[in-house]
Amino acid sequence: MGYWRLPLDSCEHFITVGKVNIIEYRCKGCGYCIEFCPKDVLEESTYFNEKGYHPPYVKIEGKCINCNFCETICPEFAIFCTELERREIKPEDIITEPEYRHRMRQRKKQD
Amino acid sequence: MKERLKQAPPKIPDEAKLSWKKGHGDHPLDRYLKEGRIPHIWCPGCGIGIAFTAFIKALEKAEFDQDKTVVVSGIGCSGRAAGYLNLDTYHTTHGRAIPFATGLKLAKPELKTVVFSGDGDLFAIGGNHIIHAARRNVDMTVICINNFNYGMTGGQGGPTTPVEARTTTTPYGCAEHPFNLIYLAKAAGAAYVARWTALHTHELRDSIVEAMSKTGFSFVEVITPCPTGYARRNRLGTGLEIMRFYKENSYITDILEPEDTALLFKGKIAVGKFVDIEKPTFMEMYREYIVQQAENSG
Repeated sequence: MGYWRLPLDSCEHFITVGKVNIIEYRCKGCGYCIEFCPKDVLEESTYFNEKGYHPPYVKIEGKCINCNFCETICPEFAIFCTELERREIKPEDIITEPEYRHRMRQRKKQD
Repeated sequence: MKERLKQAPPKIPDEAKLSWKKGHGDHPLDRYLKEGRIPHIWCPGCGIGIAFTAFIKALEKAEFDQDKTVVVSGIGCSGRAAGYLNLDTYHTTHGRAIPFATGLKLAKPELKTVVFSGDGDLFAIGGNHIIHAARRNVDMTVICINNFNYGMTGGQGGPTTPVEARTTTTPYGCAEHPFNLIYLAKAAGAAYVARWTALHTHELRDSIVEAMSKTGFSFVEVITPCPTGYARRNRLGTGLEIMRFYKENSYITDILEPEDTALLFKGKIAVGKFVDIEKPTFMEMYREYIVQQAENSG
């Protein structure tokens, strides 16, 4: 979902930037954090940990929004997020105008 | 064989022992866990760990006193949870988690009593105890991990195994009707009944907070993947594929009656809160009728 302009109250809100911490020796490679991360921050690595599983690694730094979903869904207590900073919402964060136009074009085609 | 028995067990180097303990305290939830117990024994992809995390998160969110919360568990995979928690916990005999918790509640009514156990332990071996605890409305919270089989003993069919599902003891498909735990708990008289899957972690956490804050018998069923025991024999895939199945096939509802929420093999899963009523608890009734009459008669 995207906005086509910056909301008027956007200055009252902020975006948190999180850091993903992975305790690699605990990971059993179930892949839940990789699959269900809402921002697709994680990816399975190619190296092995002590137990012989592939722990995840952070694919894109600075994209995590500290939602802590990986912490709640990890069965092994092997991953958690910590807050790095809070920054203001910039127009490029939420405005997805090209997508909006594309969607409108598709809707016209369907009609 | 005897020669092998005579041999001393292989010595574990001190470095390896250290590496098990290293990092305890790094994770924010480690203060609720006993030191040196993690990693736990649950299989990769098992959902018990998720329900366990949700329970700890509920403790953290509602700020329940760690000294006033007790966890009782029975036998089975999920029964191991009591050993990992850094609370006052007790690992009881098979099926007898609820009688123990009832006694605990009667002796010390100020404690928050939580029973964390599996479907086989609570509904097969301890089936009688749960319906009578619900009937009396004893003030406790029961978190039931439902993985549709007896996971720890090798995947035998249990009271919740759906019709057609293959297990070790039902190789041609199960031919018995399973329990609908939600309906059973409601019919037995529980004051709070909810069901969530392992994927609904936030809802599960909030539901556990609600159940623990409620006075009366509250029951939370958690549907979890069992990739090693149940899913392997039914070709349901890895834990990740079962979680994708939950994502596509579960729906949150609050209009369905509990009798319509039966779980079918590879069927849709109705999740949500089904019962939330106010009822006098066992202790209140006991005080009102028995203790008062005894005092009056001198």
